[in-house]
Amino acid sequence: MRAWWFIRRYPLIPIAILVLLLVTAVFGPLMTPYRYEIGEIYDRHLGLFSRGTTGNFYLFGTDHVGRDMFTRLVYGSQTSLKVVSVALVTGSIIGITLGVVSGYFGGWVDEVITRFVDIWYALPFLLIALIITLIFGRGLNILMVVLTLVAWTGYVRVLRAQVLVLRELDYVNAARVVGASHVRIMLRHIMPGVLNTAIVIATLNTAGLFLAESVLSFVGAGIQPPTPAWGVMVDEGRDYIEFAWWEVVVPGTAIFLVVISLNFLGDWLRDRFDPRLRQLD
Amino acid sequence: MARFLLQRLITSVISIFGATVIIFFLTQLHYDPRELFIPDSGYGLTEEQYENLSKRLGFDKHPVIQYLSWIGRTLRGDLGVSLIRQQPVAQILGGKIGATVQLAIGGWIFAIMLGVPMGVLAAVKRATAWDYIGRFFAITGQGAPPFVVGIILILIFSVWARNTFLALPAGTRPANFDWKFYILPCVTLGWPAAAGLMRLTRSAMLEVLDSEFVKMARAKGVTTKSVVWKHAFRNSLIPPLTSALIIFSNWLHGALVVETVFAWPGVGYVALFESVNGNDFPLLLGAVFIYIMLFLVFALMTDLLYALIDPRIKLGQRAR
Repeated sequence: MRAWWFIRRYPLIPIAILVLLLVTAVFGPLMTPYRYEIGEIYDRHLGLFSRGTTGNFYLFGTDHVGRDMFTRLVYGSQTSLKVVSVALVTGSIIGITLGVVSGYFGGWVDEVITRFVDIWYALPFLLIALIITLIFGRGLNILMVVLTLVAWTGYVRVLRAQVLVLRELDYVNAARVVGASHVRIMLRHIMPGVLNTAIVIATLNTAGLFLAESVLSFVGAGIQPPTPAWGVMVDEGRDYIEFAWWEVVVPGTAIFLVVISLNFLGDWLRDRFDPRLRQLD
Repeated sequence: MARFLLQRLITSVISIFGATVIIFFLTQLHYDPRELFIPDSGYGLTEEQYENLSKRLGFDKHPVIQYLSWIGRTLRGDLGVSLIRQQPVAQILGGKIGATVQLAIGGWIFAIMLGVPMGVLAAVKRATAWDYIGRFFAITGQGAPPFVVGIILILIFSVWARNTFLALPAGTRPANFDWKFYILPCVTLGWPAAAGLMRLTRSAMLEVLDSEFVKMARAKGVTTKSVVWKHAFRNSLIPPLTSALIIFSNWLHGALVVETVFAWPGVGYVALFESVNGNDFPLLLGAVFIYIMLFLVFALMTDLLYALIDPRIKLGQRAR
């Protein structure tokens, strides 16, 4: 009973899944003896927990060229994590800066930034991503840029609204009277006040970025084969769905679990740190 | 009202202007934009023709003039010629919009038919099995990417259940109308929206069921059925109704992916599949333009209806 209470109160299962993801991404290559790009030609489409002709053991089966699904899953998580974390960090920096600056200064700066965010929201992200890949080619770096372009928008409006309240508070005025510069006020006095919100948004944002990365890879505009990515695995597996269901279900479940865990964690953090944000969704 | 309408229209025009400028700017960043308008590696193109391309597409002029003439051509319905099919882009896409709109409406109907009743059920039978089923449904809708849901549905209903009465077809829709082909794509598209609607309806219902006038009605001895449907349900309809419209405009993304999964012959399939796989830039550009237009029209309609349905929204302010 007590264990059940604990599970309901704290997001243990999502955290466990995310920790597992991190561990596989970092140490995964040590856990699997197979290569992600070369398969055994006689071991194609083997099911879960099967043994290959050369005695290899395949935990999650093999795909259409006899590559171990587990190995590809592990390396895929590595690639996704790399791309998503780079996009998240750069996007967060841009988004938080713009949000704080536009709320703090107000006036025409605010007007320009808010207008720009409005326009950005009207752009169909997926199609813009496709335009960018057709213009600049496909690759990991391009993908990071594309995801950064999505990552920053979430922060601006919310943080701006909070900064509008914060900057009128007495301690901020006091700092100004003492002679603190704008930069110092924003960094030392305003930032700590919006950090909770920023963390909540970042967590929910990560779920969105994972999803965006997998969708782009699925469509063929993201990570390119033979580099493994979960979206690519789903796309490749769907040609053999009639007799090899695990080739779709294994990577699909992985994407699903990670995205849901991040959403759960984000919701929990939001309720914990910033209940006011609740009204936003 | 007229002032609000005008203000909103101006905002839309500014958005379209901004979006097109961004896209134009992106094409200008290419080291040689001409390459985007010739088939891969320029096979069969002489040096002379390649040079003439600049003149024909206007790349030798000032960027501002280029932008204006591009917008002018686009607004007159001239979206260029597809590289692969060698047909006007407007003609190709014009024949596809119908299928996309059909899919969107089908998914919308599914979302409302499933999301609203489930929300009511979850609220009325709070903390029972129904509520937990509803919440599970909401979570899957929130987290499951549409392409995975679509493929899993194909796996269940078209592969595993192919010889039972549950069998549903997946794949290219035949020319004559067959409702069976609509089910899986519409469910896939409507799933996240249904989950969102369910959550909204549930919380709105809970709020109203807790209010004084409902308690009053109960105290007077009104039957539960009447309290739920006459008192509570009607008053909790505003949030789900308005968000149902917002969802519609957010959907264009979902429709893109769903079309790719089910080979649905709509704008999204053309944009994602044909143009990306064939490096057909003019076709993609046309599809993007149509999508931005659709998106803004829906956003405009949403704001207007929002103001009409809920008089508490102050006219003149942005309804977001």
